Amino acid sequence: MNLKTETRNNIIIINVKEERLDAHNAGDLKSEMHNQFEMGAKNMLVDLKDVRFIDSSGLGALVSGFKNAISHQGNLKLAGLQPQVKSMFELTRLHRVFEIFASASEAQENF
Amino acid sequence: MEKKSIEVDIKVPNQTRYLSLIGRIGEDIAKELDKYTGDRETLAYQINLVLTEAMVNAIRYASSKSSDKLVHILINISEDDLMIKVYDKGQGFDINAIPRPDFNKLEDRGRGIFLIRSLMDFVCYRKIRNGNVLEMSKKLR
Repeated sequence: MNLKTETRNNIIIINVKEERLDAHNAGDLKSEMHNQFEMGAKNMLVDLKDVRFIDSSGLGALVSGFKNAISHQGNLKLAGLQPQVKSMFELTRLHRVFEIFASASEAQENF
Repeated sequence: MEKKSIEVDIKVPNQTRYLSLIGRIGEDIAKELDKYTGDRETLAYQINLVLTEAMVNAIRYASSKSSDKLVHILINISEDDLMIKVYDKGQGFDINAIPRPDFNKLEDRGRGIFLIRSLMDFVCYRKIRNGNVLEMSKKLR
């Protein structure tokens, strides 16, 4: 899976450079988030602007990351959801769980 | 006037790397529906999603160890209806025993069948000779 992870102002930003976040690659994102929290990350932002498609496994990986953040007294925010991707969060009520921002820069101002 | 319908019969190895291929075929089929009056981009996404979820289901829960390692998908689309059948040769499961997700609990799993049920009008999973079939359909008008 193509992930680009960077640190800005103490925020770990994971850019998902894939068109699909699905059962084939969601495990890689889950591992990356897990590893970052294990290495001491507190503030994490997952930028989904390149993701056009998400399935239940992709949503599940993000839920796993969110729970991981809580257990490490950190937080996980999302940015850049395309309309169809956002509709999946709404259908599964996960838009009430995650803090979702239009862009990564907007999200960074809200940590 | 004769009604146009398209039938696509696909067999792919039961590996998740083929999910994008199946999803893309579903999206392309949605774009062939000249007379569909709804939002075609949304329909394309929904077909992509239900095919993806059904195939993952067949790979994860339904494939038996000794059978041939293929997932068989049949898609039939007409002006009025979309029908998808996903065949597996595993032991199967009781789809009616799968609960609706509890939105107050944050579970990593358990949203796949819920998504299929939310987006399709009819869903059933039943035993057939040599396996099971997940059948889904949706009215397109």
